[in-house]
Amino acid sequence: MAARLREFRQRIRSVESTKKITKAMELIAGSRIAKARGRVESSRPYTEEITKVLTALASSASVDHPLLTERAEPKRAAVLVVTSDRGLAGGYSANAIRAAEELQALLREEGKEPKLYVIGRKGVGYYRFRDRPIDAQWTGFSEQPAYSDARDVGDALIAAFTAGADDTVESARSGSPDGPAGSPARSGSPDGGEDQIEGVDEIHIVYTEFVNVVTQHAVAKRIAPMVIEESEEPAPEGLIPLYEFEPDPEELLDALLPKYVTTRLYAALLESAASESAARQRAMKSASDNADELVVNLRRQLNAARQAEITQEISEIVGGANALADAR
Amino acid sequence: MATVHVELVSVERPLWSGEATIVLARTTEGELGIMAGHTPLLGELAPGALVRIREDGGEELIVAAHGGFLSVTDKGVSVLAELAEFAEDIDVPRAEAALERARSGDEEDRQAKTAELRALTRLRAAGQPV
Repeated sequence: MAARLREFRQRIRSVESTKKITKAMELIAGSRIAKARGRVESSRPYTEEITKVLTALASSASVDHPLLTERAEPKRAAVLVVTSDRGLAGGYSANAIRAAEELQALLREEGKEPKLYVIGRKGVGYYRFRDRPIDAQWTGFSEQPAYSDARDVGDALIAAFTAGADDTVESARSGSPDGPAGSPARSGSPDGGEDQIEGVDEIHIVYTEFVNVVTQHAVAKRIAPMVIEESEEPAPEGLIPLYEFEPDPEELLDALLPKYVTTRLYAALLESAASESAARQRAMKSASDNADELVVNLRRQLNAARQAEITQEISEIVGGANALADAR
Repeated sequence: MATVHVELVSVERPLWSGEATIVLARTTEGELGIMAGHTPLLGELAPGALVRIREDGGEELIVAAHGGFLSVTDKGVSVLAELAEFAEDIDVPRAEAALERARSGDEEDRQAKTAELRALTRLRAAGQPV
């Protein structure tokens, strides 16, 4: 009997210490949501400015930049999947991967070969376990992405896109150049790249949109080629002024568009980070709640067991006393 | 003296905004100074160039802007940069170490060049002889 009591006490202790961990993770995730959203906010001025500048440029330059034109027969499409580095975030990574799978199926139907670009250890693990070739991967920043991370990813994607599907490009990133050529998916800085990336005709991104703390959706978007919206309406702040350009508009567009793509990537990464933290907070909250419930149940069982032990002891004493009295 | 409104914005956050008498910068085409009433202009900042913002009070802000653009409208001047630092925030020994490392040449070409340029810009902004 005493052994059972000890067992219950041990289990309560272990559940309680697990709860301490999940509670701490919940709180950390909660503060990270706020931080990530703050960063989304503070990156907004730049995004707005660059959009304004691009609008001005697009109205004065001829818009036949490769990043803006549809390829005649797209053969390959890059799919960038944003997942988390750590688990314990409920269905966060799984949802993103599922959305990516759907997108890939769709691309295949359209006769395009999807090429995987993966951010986050979870996604890398998923595809590696299934022996699917990964073209490039980056890990280590899913919770707190910096702009330089977005730039690394953007540079690789744009290089592949500029090359087009008929071509391959030397990886511009910092991978070790002496690795075996043609091996798919090796890692570098933080998970660098292989020596050659096959060119692509389209770039899609799958990330998790942050709607609010309880709702996040995995969404797929095409980021290149971009679609230009022709608008007849005058800009809200009146007419777009006649700019002077230094250097000329075409060159400027050339320099600006990749930056714009990178800005979009960075925004997607930040939003995914906020979603990841929100998903983790929710997962950890339900884990803590479950631990609470477990403890309550175990306490009940412990008390019942203790009471049963006492009752049994009393009845044994009474029984024993009775037997002695009868024997006399 | 007429002033012009200046916004200094990096990708990660807006850095500074205020009134200035003149903004000095160098685009890929050449040096230019912008005062109030300048005609609208879009320019790409030359790699490694510094942006000087002379404040209304006469103080001068020196900014090392990496990968930047300049947009002038009737509302003011916006300096957009992938990364921007004020001269006084620059860690000179660190920049020097970075320069040393970039020049030692064990890193890949393109990366080393970017790193070298970045370190040079930083040092120049901090007023170090390079």
